[in-house]
Amino acid sequence: MTQLKENNTNWTILFLCWLVAGISVMGSLFFSHVMEFAPCVLCWYQRIFLFPLVIVLAVGLFPFDKRVVKYTLPLAIVGWLTAAYHNLLYAGIIPENIQPCSRGVSCTEEYIELFGFLSIPMLSLLSFTTIIALLIILLRRIS
Amino acid sequence: MKTYIIFGLSVVVMIIAFVVGSSYYKGKQAEKVGFLAQENAELFIRDHSQTLGSDDAKVYLIEFMDPACETCAAFFPFVKQIMDANPGRIKLVLRYAPFHDGADYFVKIIEAAKKQGKYWETLDTMYKTQRLWTRHHKAIPEKIWPILTQVGVDVERIRKDMNDPAIVKLIDQDLADAKVLNVRKTPGYFVNGKPLQTFGSRQLLQLVQSELNANYPK
Repeated sequence: MTQLKENNTNWTILFLCWLVAGISVMGSLFFSHVMEFAPCVLCWYQRIFLFPLVIVLAVGLFPFDKRVVKYTLPLAIVGWLTAAYHNLLYAGIIPENIQPCSRGVSCTEEYIELFGFLSIPMLSLLSFTTIIALLIILLRRIS
Repeated sequence: MKTYIIFGLSVVVMIIAFVVGSSYYKGKQAEKVGFLAQENAELFIRDHSQTLGSDDAKVYLIEFMDPACETCAAFFPFVKQIMDANPGRIKLVLRYAPFHDGADYFVKIIEAAKKQGKYWETLDTMYKTQRLWTRHHKAIPEKIWPILTQVGVDVERIRKDMNDPAIVKLIDQDLADAKVLNVRKTPGYFVNGKPLQTFGSRQLLQLVQSELNANYPK
């Protein structure tokens, strides 16, 4: 009985993780397709690590497979690092001239500031942080 | 079983949220621009803007274009076709949004040709030969010169006239207006100040038709 309950909680944690990734993908598609904000180079790298998470996490849900953490955590960590770098650039902590963006869309172009502090790179960092946190919680529970 | 339902419902909710959010956002945008149109008609048409069609036309078709943009070239004959089908009722206003690398050089050439009264001929030729002077979405200036001789313009005069600082100012003004009107891609169409919501020839025709019907009741 307790075994079953624990499995349920594990599934829920993984499901929440998938939900965060799914909402993030929808949000990023909304920004680029509906609001027509062109994604900059760094945004594209973050998308590359975010989009597969939705598929891989969903596969790990049916049936619940604890090995999913092994496959998704590296993606989330690299995505998080890119997002962290992007935020440092955006905040001006890393000077713009050493950034790898090409001409077109600047990675520091300001599109939105929700509630005065939530920029798009910040949203990305938040979602990667949440995903990593949930995956680590899951990892501790199952190991 | 329950897990499948939770998962499936989440997917459906996310998709619905996306679709509803999209149409809500687009509706808001349309309201905003429609309001702007009444207040600031000059955002859509400036004194320097090149126009085609009768001054009495009640339907203004504003196009933010880039001479190096493939879709602009592909749509140009279609726009002319719509105009020909409704003689005297549509006025085309061309605005510049040279988003491609090096495209402003070609805008300068067109504007210089305008001084010789060869605006439309030059633009037409540029569109038709576009693949000869663009590579991977970049415009290559030196390739256009031999082509220009076919148009029958004084090429030497164009080389001189295109450096007129007034042309740079005019491009900057158009780009500034494009930014205000949220034009991020070319061609960007507005019909009597209303933006084309989703891009496509059918949608453009519908938008023009609805404005024609509103301004020329049968």
